[in-house]
Amino acid sequence: MLRLEHLAKRYPTGDLALDGVSLTIDAGQVVALIGPSGAGKSSLIRCVNRLIEPTAGRVFLHGVEITGLGRRRLRRVRRRIGMIFQEFALVERLTVMENVLSGRLGYVPFWRSLLRRFPPADVEAAFGLLERVGLAEFVDKRADALSGGQRQRVGIARALAQNPQLLLVDEPTASLDPKTARQIMRLICEICAERRLPAIINSHDVRLAAMFVHRIVGLRAGQVVFDGPASALNDDVLTRIYGAEDWGTPGLDTPEEEEEEEDEGADGGDAALRPDLDRQRLAGLAG
Amino acid sequence: MTAGAPRPAATRHWRRPPLIKDRRRRYGLYGAAVAYLVAALATVEINWQRIADGLDRGWRFVEGFLAPNFSHRWDDILLGMEESLTMTVTATAVGILISLPIAIGAARNLSPPPVYLVCRAIIAVSRSLQEVIIAIFFVAMFGFGPFAGFVTLSFATIGFFAKLLAEDIEDIDESQAEAIRATGASWLQLITYAVLPQVMPRIIGLSLYRLDINFRESAVIGIVGAGGIGATLNTAIDRYEYDSAAAILILIIVLVMAAEYASSHVRRWVS
Repeated sequence: MLRLEHLAKRYPTGDLALDGVSLTIDAGQVVALIGPSGAGKSSLIRCVNRLIEPTAGRVFLHGVEITGLGRRRLRRVRRRIGMIFQEFALVERLTVMENVLSGRLGYVPFWRSLLRRFPPADVEAAFGLLERVGLAEFVDKRADALSGGQRQRVGIARALAQNPQLLLVDEPTASLDPKTARQIMRLICEICAERRLPAIINSHDVRLAAMFVHRIVGLRAGQVVFDGPASALNDDVLTRIYGAEDWGTPGLDTPEEEEEEEDEGADGGDAALRPDLDRQRLAGLAG
Repeated sequence: MTAGAPRPAATRHWRRPPLIKDRRRRYGLYGAAVAYLVAALATVEINWQRIADGLDRGWRFVEGFLAPNFSHRWDDILLGMEESLTMTVTATAVGILISLPIAIGAARNLSPPPVYLVCRAIIAVSRSLQEVIIAIFFVAMFGFGPFAGFVTLSFATIGFFAKLLAEDIEDIDESQAEAIRATGASWLQLITYAVLPQVMPRIIGLSLYRLDINFRESAVIGIVGAGGIGATLNTAIDRYEYDSAAAILILIIVLVMAAEYASSHVRRWVS
């Protein structure tokens, strides 16, 4: 369980990125964090594992206060928090396997990581994860030889190699085409359901978020302005989060989705035409 | 262009804004630069008599080149070459080993300010002194011979290698480093997993490039007493043995070209 208490972040430039955010995420719960650019989404998830130091407020993971930990203990907490990035953030010149095993860095001593002599159990688990994300035959390919969707799968495998208690996901689909974006989003949500992993997923794509995630948190100017089920998203809420705009349709499902979903194959198909159905299907998986 | 659309009369005009706004200052600076150039050229004294005398000596040098003599001092040449190559390889290796931690220390994105300043200071000292000057100093300190040359080239390598590598480290993709940091990796693991893979092509390229430079420099610093092929060359010139000197220069040129060709091949292969 993750709990944020009055989290605030002010950058040295004076910008207030987070302004007293309080949030509780239960085990197995996936939360989509939406909001305009600069609303503080990235700052928020980076304050959780302190890649960015929060200015005020506290963060608890399973009762342990992360804010205020010393460097050594912070590393021990970080290794249980998987992170997935917008631009994948793979080490481009390393192989797929090395990238996945880099998720174990917090667990193995320096010399083992330097010589690439990871414990056999770690290697076995890494093979298993690559199979799970469908990249079993790419083990020795260099990361920069993969396509965007494949890279993100490696990124997911790396995060899972950490054997995480929490996933922080920063715009996982922003660099992907619509079809791949859906596949990646579905994979992340399935894995969270399988492992009962809590997760925060930042997203610009409100429709995609609403399709796969039940709980939506809206952030605006560093404050939580909406926290509720995806079904409660409507024009009013979107205006509250993003500001006034002609949102067009009630309920988010617009016809332009139909074209890209046609080649989705058997399991996409008509479910994706009606996001509500897909949401229910995933709710079934998660529950 | 369609005939039916008459162009409007040009009522507005545009000029590229000049670098120096103030017209008087601009022409003042141009004038000062030209005046300095003329005055400086006027101070260069040319002794035509001396040049006429020297032409003869120069011609003998050229003649020596046209008939290089490899056999006369072959043993000295071989010894000098061996010394130079040893000096070059060892100095490059040692210099790079010392440079790596200094480069990391001199990268603003990895090191705290005190470490950064110390490492930058080392680099600045190494770069501000020309190889020949360092060689004179170390020859005075360690005596004639290749050891002084080895120390000189190692020292000079640090300034070159650490500075260029530090700049490359400062340009790494930070998101890769952030991702490794997020896994709970230690600082050393961050260096070996996120930084080194990104700068490895640069390390290899710079190493080969520096190997080239060090070999060329070994010929130069030999002239001031730091051993190697430069010392052999110096001796040959001092004895007016231009044919042997020519042989040595030709060998140096061939070796430098071979090294350059090989290293450009390897660099293309790694990147």
